[in-house]
Amino acid sequence: MNRRHFYLLVTGLTLAGLGLFLFKFLVLGFPLTPYERADVWDLEARITFEAKKKPVKISFLVPRNSQMVTVVNENFISRGYGLITRTDLNNRQAVWSTRKTEGPQNLYYRATVQATGVKTPQTIKKPPEILPPAFEGVFLESANIILSEMIAQSADLDIMVGALLNRLNMKRADDHVLLLLGKKPSPEKKLQVAVDLLGLNKTPARIAHGVRLREQARDVPIIHWLQVFDNEVWRDYHPETGEPTIPSDYFLWWYGESPLIQSKGVDKLHVNLSVTLSIDSAINALVERGQILTPKLLAFSLFSLPIHVQSTYRILLMIPIGALLLVILRNVVGIKAFGTFTPVLIALAFRETQLIWGIFFFSIMVSFGLSVRFYLEHLKLLLVPRLASVLISVVILMAAFSVVSHQLGLDRGLSVAIFPMVILTMTIERMSIVWEERGASEAIQQGFGSLLVAAAAYTVMNIAYLEHLLFVFPELLLVFLATTILLGRYNGYRLTELIRFKVFAQDAS
Amino acid sequence: MFGLYKKIAQTGLLGINRRNADYILTYNPRHLYPLVDDKLLTKRLAMEAGLGVPKLYGSVEIVRQVRDLPELLAQYQDFVVKPAHGNGGEGILIITGRNKRLYRRHNGVLITEEALFHHVTNILSGMYSLGGHPDKALIEYRIQADPLLESLSYQGVPDIRIIVFLGFPVMSMVRLPTRMSNGKANLHQGAIGAGIDIATGTTLQAVWMNDIITEHPDTGNGVFGVQIPYWDTLLYQAASCYELTGLGYQGIDIVLDREKGPLILELNARPGLNIQIANKVGLLPRLRRVEAEAHKKMEIKERVAFAKMHFGATEHSIHH
Repeated sequence: MNRRHFYLLVTGLTLAGLGLFLFKFLVLGFPLTPYERADVWDLEARITFEAKKKPVKISFLVPRNSQMVTVVNENFISRGYGLITRTDLNNRQAVWSTRKTEGPQNLYYRATVQATGVKTPQTIKKPPEILPPAFEGVFLESANIILSEMIAQSADLDIMVGALLNRLNMKRADDHVLLLLGKKPSPEKKLQVAVDLLGLNKTPARIAHGVRLREQARDVPIIHWLQVFDNEVWRDYHPETGEPTIPSDYFLWWYGESPLIQSKGVDKLHVNLSVTLSIDSAINALVERGQILTPKLLAFSLFSLPIHVQSTYRILLMIPIGALLLVILRNVVGIKAFGTFTPVLIALAFRETQLIWGIFFFSIMVSFGLSVRFYLEHLKLLLVPRLASVLISVVILMAAFSVVSHQLGLDRGLSVAIFPMVILTMTIERMSIVWEERGASEAIQQGFGSLLVAAAAYTVMNIAYLEHLLFVFPELLLVFLATTILLGRYNGYRLTELIRFKVFAQDAS
Repeated sequence: MFGLYKKIAQTGLLGINRRNADYILTYNPRHLYPLVDDKLLTKRLAMEAGLGVPKLYGSVEIVRQVRDLPELLAQYQDFVVKPAHGNGGEGILIITGRNKRLYRRHNGVLITEEALFHHVTNILSGMYSLGGHPDKALIEYRIQADPLLESLSYQGVPDIRIIVFLGFPVMSMVRLPTRMSNGKANLHQGAIGAGIDIATGTTLQAVWMNDIITEHPDTGNGVFGVQIPYWDTLLYQAASCYELTGLGYQGIDIVLDREKGPLILELNARPGLNIQIANKVGLLPRLRRVEAEAHKKMEIKERVAFAKMHFGATEHSIHH
């Protein structure tokens, strides 16, 4: 055995594992703890309408990625409808259509969005085009009067936009404003007039439409905001006060004059928007955002797998921890247990049953199996049929246990079904042989040892923090491998040997 | 805990991890294991080398052959049935006499022919073999314990375990069955282990269930200072097992038959560590001593002489 080779391997594995771990943690910013604060939100738009046995076409504006917000995931739920999405200059649009349908209809759009953390708006070199405002005649005259007054009063754009919005929102509007706004103007109409007035001044402006992201909000209102292009960025202005701010929880859904939804061939069209704080942990969002930023690196991470496969791996990745613990308990501590990995498999079963119940079930099953096994001993059966008989008895007991406990209303009893029955059978067989050959005390000692190791493995494998750590940083498994290899060359005494050979220490003293 | 660890480490005790990593894995190539794991093979090898083994009466390899057993057994009054791949003395049935279709076991219990055959089929199905693999059953000569050693044991036959490292006998003990061990010579089953001075072949202290004893608990005979007969032959036979199997670290189990003398019972590629308790001395210093000599190509006789000179009880007291 080449010592240098051995230590090189161990060091190499450790460095590779730790290096990748530190890179992901320090450079890519993967979180060390599970539920770090994340601004991840689930948005849902529910579109209801009545179809009238005619072709139906629904155009609905959906959010798009921006510098500040990423749409990490979206679903269109629409049975029997064709769906296309298209993007124009400002917005992204989903168009559902169907040839013929009848009665009340529901369409859903669901999206998970997350703030990118970028607070500064994107700079745009080329100024956007200004649509010529549709002012004519007396309207154009009023508009020009308002505009010239505004320019005369203000030193810069902020002040001018603020003064303009203030004037449009005054309780007792003057005649020019009244003419432009019409009677009982909606907030949106006021903003539209503001945009037109600014357009007359050759200042690009637009209306932003969005929602505020607050915890668990149903039927959230759409809030309109004014954006004015100045100095290569779109600046936000409060629609009433004209202050150059925007709420930090404002989520921009779409821009411009187009309505959120347009339809053809339907009645009673209604859109209901709801917002919930996404229960997805920070990491998912981080990685999904990462898929946009650095797709190559993360294409090979566990997060690229489907969710249900991911949850399997969350459990599978804990097995190495159990195995490492097993190595320590057997080779360093020296606990005797049945089978090599039996305790780890029992520990996996404990995940479903919980520890106390798991130990209870295991003890019941093994003692029942042992009594069956001792009875079968009298029948002088051959080995394999004997093992099979014990296995069948164990399955019968498991089924009976589940049925009885279910009748008693103890749902815990149902989880006994996931106990690895083949492992149980082998444990029973091994235990009965040890029982006969080495006596009851040795057998019970080893059975107890198995349970102890299983309980310890369960406890360690159930630490949510470790689960998170291993799932986010699976490269730590390399460190585990290195540790296990290192332990493979541990030639010191086991702790139990110190007790077994105590008589030696007494002599030496 | 660390104090205890240090103290034990100073005695040169060989722990199980070090035995596995530094001796078994290093000196026992896996491909040689079948030579000692299969007792039929070991027996054949030993016979070829001219070493004494219990005579093989016959073997049963498939269940159908069980029917032929009565014919095979007809000519023997006593015999032993054992699995070829048995481990730690499990599955051994000793028949000391018979009355037509009833067989008397060593502990006086009579069993029927049917029970005997069931035992054989159990062996064939792998009940006693490592890993539960299908096995063969051997039927062989029943050893009649040497009178001296017989007086030291309760039923059963005492056997002598010699640890042979690279051909050097490094440590030895005799295992004496007790009532508790049910006539078996296994320490964990309650047999007595008495260390043997390699230099002289006399027993040192005896250990029974972790206690030092001077008399056999069942027979009352003294177990200290007993001279083991044929000692030099025993050492020579054990040492020559290195050439026989090529295993660097092995445990040789030898029994003394009252007529045939030393017979090699089995070889063990993973001998236990209890021998150190029976001798109250650690194996490590002796193993290291041998490792230092290993480069010299020594004859069996030279190795035995070296062992007698360096691994005697007086020498080991110098270690402390």
